[in-house]
Amino acid sequence: MLKVEGVSKSYRRNGWLGGERQQVLRQVHLEWNRGESLGIIGESGSGKSTLGRLLLGIEKPDQGSVTWNGRPVTDRRVRRGTISAVFQDYTSSIHPFYTVRQALLEPLKLVGGQPDTKDMGKLLRQVGLDESYMDKYPHELSGGEAQRVCIARAVSSAPQCILLDEAISSLDGSVQMQVLELLKQLKESSGMGYIFITHDIQAAAFLCDRIMIVCSGEIVETVATPQLRHVQSEYAKELLRKVIS
Amino acid sequence: MKLLEKLMKDRLAAASLAVVAATLLIGLCAPLVAPHPPNEANMELRFAGASWTYWLGNDHLGRCILSRLIYGIRPSVLWVLAALGAAACFGAALGFIAGYFRGRIDAVLMRICDVMLSFPGYVMTLAIVGMLGAGLTNILLAFVVMKWAWFARVIRTTVMQYADADYVKFAKVLGIGHLGIMKRHIALAALPEISVIASSSFGSMILQISGLSFLGLGIEAPHAEWGMMMNEARSVMFTRPELMLAPGLAIIVVVSAVNFLSDALQKVLDPKLAVSGKRASVRIGGMLRGLRKKEAA
Repeated sequence: MLKVEGVSKSYRRNGWLGGERQQVLRQVHLEWNRGESLGIIGESGSGKSTLGRLLLGIEKPDQGSVTWNGRPVTDRRVRRGTISAVFQDYTSSIHPFYTVRQALLEPLKLVGGQPDTKDMGKLLRQVGLDESYMDKYPHELSGGEAQRVCIARAVSSAPQCILLDEAISSLDGSVQMQVLELLKQLKESSGMGYIFITHDIQAAAFLCDRIMIVCSGEIVETVATPQLRHVQSEYAKELLRKVIS
Repeated sequence: MKLLEKLMKDRLAAASLAVVAATLLIGLCAPLVAPHPPNEANMELRFAGASWTYWLGNDHLGRCILSRLIYGIRPSVLWVLAALGAAACFGAALGFIAGYFRGRIDAVLMRICDVMLSFPGYVMTLAIVGMLGAGLTNILLAFVVMKWAWFARVIRTTVMQYADADYVKFAKVLGIGHLGIMKRHIALAALPEISVIASSSFGSMILQISGLSFLGLGIEAPHAEWGMMMNEARSVMFTRPELMLAPGLAIIVVVSAVNFLSDALQKVLDPKLAVSGKRASVRIGGMLRGLRKKEAA
């Protein structure tokens, strides 16, 4: 279980020498349970991506803790093989000098596997690609293909949780739907869960069991997806109204 | 080996590599290759023209020009390469640390670099040489002192660009250590840019050391150095231009070869540029075929 307790985070406005600090997250609490899909939604600048980086353990909070089964996620041994990620910018998500094969090999080797071409072919087929993509470089792939490779790479180490940080935002409408379908299908077949950070409520509602609404670094409301129409806070109501209109 | 194979496919790159490799090899094996001792004066052969014994003729002291040209590779190219290596390694290490870790360490290192870069480079080199005295060691020391900050600044910017990329974030999520990320993910991606920066500096450092020797601040007589050879030939520039042309052409050829090689190296190392290069050559090939067909018609 991934647990966030009283997490706060701030950054200096003008680099290290700048005196003033900007508070990005304030006293955030959340729990993610195995197999669950949790959506974190909010407008740009609300602190979603900062929360994502803290959940992934690649940044340390100023206050509070982020733990995986009681152990801090900032310890890289805890993350290895348990948490993975798919990011927004598919153009910079794969090492520019790596082929698809090399990109897939990296996580597989780290979890101690002895991967062969067959395993990697299977991974690619899982995300709707085939072996012909194996020796392609990222700049030879379309946006949808690159994001599928990123998903295959994230799935390859068989993690229990994948954090999707605006993973469909930079894709075309039709490709967004294909990727969402693929993620849903992967969840059903492998039993892993997602933390889906997005500003797209409809996409979150499609993929997630539970949705958490973030505003100005604070969690405003958490609601089960079927209850999304019955949110209580004014901010959440306003956000929904914008989508419906 | 793969890199070499790819380089060999580009004719200009192969020729440049051959020139650079031959220059370095001849410089290293100078005592074996040079036909005469470089400092052996023979006043009877003063300003003698080319002959079978002295292929490029003799200078104002009757010394063999070809032998001096060969020995001149050592200070002009080999020692410059060593100074460049020292400055680039030191600057790259600090640039990597600053660009990757950011924060306090970046701020401190970059302020030091700002101070170093606020001195005009050539003037500072002259000042250091003035304080420590003329000579190759002092010039090379001045180069390292003045160049490391520039390398650190430029490499830090390149590293920052890659350190922010999502594939580096993914590597962190996977639990790869900082050193592993710097080595496999950042250094590899930044290598084409670093090679261009280093090679362009190499060219300019060869020119600078030759310039300083030309002014009499470089290597001390009677040792051979290309800039100094040009200075010595200055008085007979119009009557015996070949004395100035030989070291001058050597500088032009080596600096051009280094620049061409660095461009080719960047193309070979970066798969994106390799693809665009292939596409461009296919397009040019197509255009040429089209033109030939038109001509035939």
